[in-house]
Amino acid sequence: MSKFNVLQHELVPEHHLISKEEEDKVLKELEITRDLLPKISRSDPAIKALEEIHGPLESGRIIKIIRKSPTTGYSVYYRVIADEVFK
Amino acid sequence: MNEGISKRINRIQFALLSPEEIRKMSQVKVITADTYDDDGYPIERGLMDLHMGVIEPGLKCATCGGKVDECPGHFGHIELAMPVVHVGFIKEIKSFLDACCGVCGRIKLTEQEMGDYRVKLTEESISNSEPEHFALMSKKVTDLASERLVCPHCGAQLKKVILDKPTTFREEGIKVTPKEIRERLERVPDSDLIFFGLNPEVARPEWMILTVLPVPPINVRPSITLETGERSEDDLTHKLVDIIRISQRLRESRDNGSPQLIIEDLWDLLQFHVTTYFDNQTAGIPPARHRSGRALKTLVQRLKGKEGRFRSNLSGKRVNFSARTVISPEPFLSVNEVGVPEKAARELTVPVSVNVFNIEETRALVKRGPEPRDEFGKYVAGTNYVIRPDGRRMKVTPQNAEENSTRIEPGWTVERQLQEGDIVLFNRQPSLHRMSMMGHSVRILDGQTFRFNLADCTPYNADFDGDEMNMHIVQKEEARAEARIIMKVQEQIMSPRFGGPIIGGIHDHVTSLFLLTHGNPLFSEEETIHILSYVEIDHLPEPEIVDGKKYYHGRDIFSLILPPGINLKFRSKLCAGAGEKCEYENDPEDKDVLIIDGKLLHGTIDDAAIGAFSGAIIDRIFRSFGPKETARFIDRMTKLAVGFISFRGFSTGISDYDLPESAIERINEIAEDAIKKINKLIEIYRAGELQSLPGRSIEDTLEIEILSAAGSARDESGKIASQFLGLNDPSVIMARSGARAKMLNISEVAGMVGQQSVRGGRINRGYYGRTLPHFEVNDIGAMSRGFVQSSYKEGLSPIEYFMHSIGGREGLVDIAVRTSRSGYMQRRLINAFEDLKVDEERMVRDTVGSIVQFKYGEDGVDPTRSDHGDTVDIDQIAFDIKQGAKK
Ligand SMILES: [Mg+2]
Ligand SMILES: [Zn+2]
Ligand SMILES: [Zn+2]
Repeated sequence: MSKFNVLQHELVPEHHLISKEEEDKVLKELEITRDLLPKISRSDPAIKALEEIHGPLESGRIIKIIRKSPTTGYSVYYRVIADEVFK
Repeated sequence: MNEGISKRINRIQFALLSPEEIRKMSQVKVITADTYDDDGYPIERGLMDLHMGVIEPGLKCATCGGKVDECPGHFGHIELAMPVVHVGFIKEIKSFLDACCGVCGRIKLTEQEMGDYRVKLTEESISNSEPEHFALMSKKVTDLASERLVCPHCGAQLKKVILDKPTTFREEGIKVTPKEIRERLERVPDSDLIFFGLNPEVARPEWMILTVLPVPPINVRPSITLETGERSEDDLTHKLVDIIRISQRLRESRDNGSPQLIIEDLWDLLQFHVTTYFDNQTAGIPPARHRSGRALKTLVQRLKGKEGRFRSNLSGKRVNFSARTVISPEPFLSVNEVGVPEKAARELTVPVSVNVFNIEETRALVKRGPEPRDEFGKYVAGTNYVIRPDGRRMKVTPQNAEENSTRIEPGWTVERQLQEGDIVLFNRQPSLHRMSMMGHSVRILDGQTFRFNLADCTPYNADFDGDEMNMHIVQKEEARAEARIIMKVQEQIMSPRFGGPIIGGIHDHVTSLFLLTHGNPLFSEEETIHILSYVEIDHLPEPEIVDGKKYYHGRDIFSLILPPGINLKFRSKLCAGAGEKCEYENDPEDKDVLIIDGKLLHGTIDDAAIGAFSGAIIDRIFRSFGPKETARFIDRMTKLAVGFISFRGFSTGISDYDLPESAIERINEIAEDAIKKINKLIEIYRAGELQSLPGRSIEDTLEIEILSAAGSARDESGKIASQFLGLNDPSVIMARSGARAKMLNISEVAGMVGQQSVRGGRINRGYYGRTLPHFEVNDIGAMSRGFVQSSYKEGLSPIEYFMHSIGGREGLVDIAVRTSRSGYMQRRLINAFEDLKVDEERMVRDTVGSIVQFKYGEDGVDPTRSDHGDTVDIDQIAFDIKQGAKK
């Protein structure tokens, strides 16, 4: 049985790993430091799926998420990979 | 984002107080149970010893020398004659007794296991992971040790310890005394404590058995002097008195060699008192009571629950400058106003700071005294207090008013009574949304109740069956500005919940304007002027001349209150409220509302036009003309509606539901047919010939078929009833205009009540195989399962009545369950969201600055300003432009 990729599922929004240059651009645009971004656990299935493609991802990398939105069509969200699990 | 933070909590450690520590922090060893001597002076080494702080002015603390407000209070201690168990640590003590050897004190694990688990637990405790993980692992280890009955270290044969709740431990039925327990716990070596999650540096297990009891400072348990001069002690003091008394008797009995039985009894009594001192609601023991029979409020009771310190004092506080009374309606007030009774207005004050610009006015104000009236006996605001720059307040009386008025200087503050136009906050609990607390401007009225416009009932969810509401007087300029600019009723007309108006016409407003505009009736000049006398207008509409007399159309009268320039096109509620087929379906004159440049050209005004949740006209005015104009429209609309309906007259009664004999016969036939059909279905089912629906059992299929038969019977009878009840029938007018009730309710009254249900199915509970003893066992016919063929008007048979009550009860239970559950859910949501903020970039952040949403609601649109959730209403804009072009 081939392994199931969560990112292919219709209900899972697109997750993209962005390049380091792009990371800097995003942070500058938002006038914000990395630690203030929303977190995503490295044990998140979406991160595991991304690691299948890009290899191991170190914490602190920023993930760009494109969600379908009933009001705007698409909306962009950023999350930073974190070790700690936040509740 | 971290600037401004000077200290950050790194960690919190919980520890146990050791007996030495308790003695060290104690300022006095309390040895007598007495409090005060005959002169009312605190007895030395008693429970009110001056070393523990002072509560009486004039005395000084014996420890720090501070006076009443300066001394923070200091602990004392009681040496207990014999050790007792601390109820709060029962679980922990039990786990120690279970998992450790009673002889050598080691945890009952082999050296091998100890080594393994020690490594794992140490890892877990230094990593930053969940504390629950550690707790789980510790539980696993201690459970393993608890199962062994032979000590792996000393080989002793051990007995199982059983907890006899709340505080007694037994070994094969024999009591293990707290003293024995303490000795066992003392034997547990420091190195074994990690398995229980204790840090030996700050917590030893034997400290969970009390030998010394801290006595809280007097500030924590102040005594009150009653008016009679009698002193009344705090519940905690009462409890401490008991503890000292019993402890003393126990010590004496032990020292003079009393029989063991007496000593044990006293020991148990001491345990009882110490237990209830901590928690007076411990399961398994009767609560300690006051002489009056009232249960004492001890330590746990002070903190726990709704009335506890957390929920009552820390998350919620009481306030001054507020009033509460019953509410009643006043249609002649604006939606922005609130009627305040004089009595409340005289008590409530607004602080006025005296300065060089207003000194003359404030002097005049103070001079009036606390109860001024004008020459007609009408209320005029006076002053209650003047406050000196040093903060001293002086009551203004009729006698000293003159004198006080000359004393005030710039820098003083004058507390002025409420006057018309003051902005206040008005609130009705439960405050479920932001419209539960709105800014109103004050009108002083006669009577004893708060009054407001009926349009404000919807946001407050208020009615006048005895509801009470609270009013708060804002005290500072900034708060007043906020109340006026963002909290005022007119600013809250649009609901953030659905982006439409939440303030609008209700009940009679809707009925009235429906009658005024439906069919566009004509009114004579006299009638028109009477109706319009309720609304300030400056001209009459264009008259229609019939037989040389002036007549006016209802729609033209309504148009007078519409702001010029408004263009609007929508469908009225008329057809949506109709049952099957609407008689106005092909009558755009009545059905389609068309407003061009503030003129109602055709259509019927009803709930869809001016209603509180759907009002299209209110919505349009708010968007095009803003809050002020909308408030003015609602004020005039409600006044016009009230004026018209009280002129025309409107009443409803049971005769609204009169049907001709033939119709009643038809309805009875329908009911009979339905019962026959149901019986037929049951017959087919019993014969085993019923075809099951896809995915359903035969039984389910039968129920579904029966329900649909019963349902269509009710629909049929409703149709017949509505054939005979037309728009000249007051009940139908209310239903069709959206003022109150639905056509369904009318068919229940006139036609048939129909099948009653519990959880979506027919009623099938009660006795074995039947709902009532009046039926045979396994009767699944219509009547036995809650089919009601009578109408409300006709009256229900006893069995029908019973079935109807069952169905009705479900609704009530549902509501009770839903409100408590959704209330708790909402409380948690509010606590989670309360300090999130939308910044200038429309980003949602928390207090630290962490981002929650990159754009508020993904689109950055304020739902209040949205068009029912959409960003813009293109069709309306196009329609407006078209009308503008035509002009
Ligand atoms: Mg009520
Ligand atoms: Zn002191
Ligand atoms: Zn042992």
